[in-house]
Amino acid sequence: MFGWEFPPHILGGLGTASYGLTKGLSLQQDMDITFCLPKPWGDEDQSFMKIIGMNNVPIVWRDVNYDYVKSRVPGYMTPEDYYGFRDHIYADFSYMNTNDIGCMEFSGRYPDNLHEEINNYSIVAGVVARRQQFDIIHAHDWLTYPAGIHAKMVSGRPLCIHVHATDFDRSRGHVNPTVYSIEKNGMDYADCIMCVSELTRRTVINEYHQDPRKVFTMHNAVYPLPQEYQDIPRPDHSKEKVVTFLGRITMQKGPEYFVEAASLVLNRTRNIRFCMAGSGDMMDAMIYLAAQRGIADRFHFPGFMRGKQVYECLKDSDVYIMPSVSEPFGISPLEAMQCGTPSIISKQSGCAEILDKCIKTDYWDVHAMADAIYAICTYPSLFKYLQEEGIKEVNGITWEKVGVRIRGLYDQTISNYNH
Amino acid sequence: MKTICLYFEIHQIIHLRRYRFFDIGRDHYYYDDYENERSITDIAERSYVPALNALIQMTKENPGYFKVAVSLSGVGLEQLEIHAPQVLDLLGQLNDTGSLEFLCEPYSHGLAALGNEESFRDECNRLKNKIKEMYGQTPKVFRNSSLIYSDDIGALVADMGFEGVLTEGAKQVLGWKSPHFVYENPIDPRLKVLLRDYKLSDDISLRFSNTEWSEYPLFADKYMDWIASLPQEEEVINIFMELSALGIFQPLSSNILEFLKALPKVAKDRGISFSTPSEVIKNYPSVGAIDVPYNVSWVDEERDTSCWLGNDMQREAFNKLYSVADRVRICTDRRIKQDWDYLQASNNFRFMTTKHNSVGMNRGIYDSPFDAFTNYMNILGDFISRVNNLYPTDMDNEELNSLLTTIQNQDEEIAAKDREIEKLQKQLEKYNPSKSPELKADKEKKATVKKEPEKKAPVKKAAKKEPEKKAPAKKAAKKAEPEEKPKAKKAKK
Repeated sequence: MFGWEFPPHILGGLGTASYGLTKGLSLQQDMDITFCLPKPWGDEDQSFMKIIGMNNVPIVWRDVNYDYVKSRVPGYMTPEDYYGFRDHIYADFSYMNTNDIGCMEFSGRYPDNLHEEINNYSIVAGVVARRQQFDIIHAHDWLTYPAGIHAKMVSGRPLCIHVHATDFDRSRGHVNPTVYSIEKNGMDYADCIMCVSELTRRTVINEYHQDPRKVFTMHNAVYPLPQEYQDIPRPDHSKEKVVTFLGRITMQKGPEYFVEAASLVLNRTRNIRFCMAGSGDMMDAMIYLAAQRGIADRFHFPGFMRGKQVYECLKDSDVYIMPSVSEPFGISPLEAMQCGTPSIISKQSGCAEILDKCIKTDYWDVHAMADAIYAICTYPSLFKYLQEEGIKEVNGITWEKVGVRIRGLYDQTISNYNH
Repeated sequence: MKTICLYFEIHQIIHLRRYRFFDIGRDHYYYDDYENERSITDIAERSYVPALNALIQMTKENPGYFKVAVSLSGVGLEQLEIHAPQVLDLLGQLNDTGSLEFLCEPYSHGLAALGNEESFRDECNRLKNKIKEMYGQTPKVFRNSSLIYSDDIGALVADMGFEGVLTEGAKQVLGWKSPHFVYENPIDPRLKVLLRDYKLSDDISLRFSNTEWSEYPLFADKYMDWIASLPQEEEVINIFMELSALGIFQPLSSNILEFLKALPKVAKDRGISFSTPSEVIKNYPSVGAIDVPYNVSWVDEERDTSCWLGNDMQREAFNKLYSVADRVRICTDRRIKQDWDYLQASNNFRFMTTKHNSVGMNRGIYDSPFDAFTNYMNILGDFISRVNNLYPTDMDNEELNSLLTTIQNQDEEIAAKDREIEKLQKQLEKYNPSKSPELKADKEKKATVKKEPEKKAPVKKAAKKEPEKKAPAKKAAKKAEPEEKPKAKKAKK
């Protein structure tokens, strides 16, 4: 598998999904998974798979002795692995910027020279694909598609790509041509395309002109909350309610609709507070908009949250809202529901396809959204119903089930490929 | 001899409009006029008119033999009055043949039987009076909204003077028993219970045009053979359904009306008669009491009240609604009373159901149960605040009621006094025949008539009713005043 992010060092939903999916698959006994990451931090959970750090795979032959390698590569990798990779260097990359053991550095994030990193990643993938033995390649999101194609070319194994998002979602239709071409190329070469929702599947078929027969919907799932998070107490909100938006404050997530809905609600009632957690390029504009609407005293921006903070914030909320304009899947409402917080999601979100025990509105329908916020805050029976039934519903959505379905697709793809 | 008791229900709700919480306290109009007009006209055209025409034709072809029962909800009746009066005319025609029996049901088609006894009685009486007024029939048999019934509701119905009640022949109630007998209520045996044969009823209303059904296509003779082949002693076959089953659930293109029209002929051939519910109660003795400890209804596979009160949201809405029932009953504001009827309709609760087996359920303008709940609660919020604004909320209902009774008593007293004044006036005429023509002229101008003796009456009655005199006197004076003003204007002209 090729991926870009992995918990605990994540920047968005991609890492969480990659983790869950891999773990769900690993529950099958006859499945060995190798996960390639640009830059592992060393604290990833490796109990169910093997991680290869692309920043520790040599692409230039360097004569280094065993002890030195041992001191240079991280604990999860042996010097034998290093030498193994070194034996499979396939071209002269000495013009590249490599370090003392012939490896390239990766940031593992989304830097400005992202395209260069993507390219480097795919160069390294060629070495990995020559050495490792595998039956199928699975590439997560467009950053790793070139690597997936490369691996397919080298090994002759079928390629599955997993579309977590497309550029059409991120840009509200104004795609970046470079990104689009990378995505399109990946899809053209793929033998099987898994999309996180029917919505994304439609985009892939219509905008990327893919054959519907190889495009499948594979909804995401969630992992049960660790006990530590489950034990976070739910503060008493009988006097004042809190409505939370949690995510990147970008165009895709529709934050302005949340502010507008909040201002409608606050025109009528005062005992509700609004919280927009996260950061992003539209944050300043949102702060300005809240001030313009005269609701800044009830509208809060606590900034980016990670780890336990997220769950504390969710537990401290009475309503979770995700007004995304276009959301391939959107795992966060599921997490909110796990915490027992009723969710309002836009109909344009992929997770709306599998969730019933939440309120769905159109992202532009701020009146409906405001109405729903008001209703959950005002009618205890609605809150209670959504809370209890929401937990039940979300507990039934497991990665294990997703793993079984992915396995089915793998088997199908491999047998189609060999014929 | 076997008999078929055929009964149709006519009910359509007043659709609620999209009502946001911003509207609370600002806009007190809750209805979607366009949708109301559209849906009722559509249903009348596609179902009610052709179906009633068929029934009229059947009764005319088989005078005295084919009989049918119908009930109307008050809310549905109001809708028909406004948008499709031809349906009411057809009902009148059917009534004129003498083969139609009207049944009584709660005015609003609501769940008052489960929520508030007094409201329930009130509603039933209102519909009874309305039917009497429109068609000259006093219903003797009762059917609750969606055939909701339990022993307690039965006792209540019996207490209101009804002879019989219709309900569902639900499996959980009957067990090994057959619905083809007349039963009685265990608390009040005067009330006879007729049980719907859901198999035979649903064959027509649910399955008739279903090509995947093993018995498709269903013909009248086959259907009647089923009835004829029932054991000899099972004599009463109750087939109850909504009238809109003919034409809406089963489209006219399925020839459902031809099927219906063929029924009297094939029944006659097999020696089976038709009866109205009252006739069944009169002619067939009860075989014993039937215990219905829990509420049953004719809805869903469970045949209970879970589709209206199955989840917390529905129960909250229901409790909130009936929390103001007493207040609404004692108030005199006509708009509030009207809204109360429309808001009670059980369909509003059904939109909020989260049960999975409600296949193909039409939620109207709502796209989810939560949406339905939110909208309804917003309207209810506004409605309740209007009710509470009528009378101070810190005053409890009993206190309020006693005050209102006092006022009502005083009104009655005034009315009695007015009558007495008139009587005295007449007597006065006799004594002074010369003045009589003048007085007669005066009578048309009531105000003057009233005002004149006002001065005299208290003198005569002063000793009798000293303490309460003040209020009536003031009121009378108030009444008189505004009426005098226009007169003054007229005089000027």
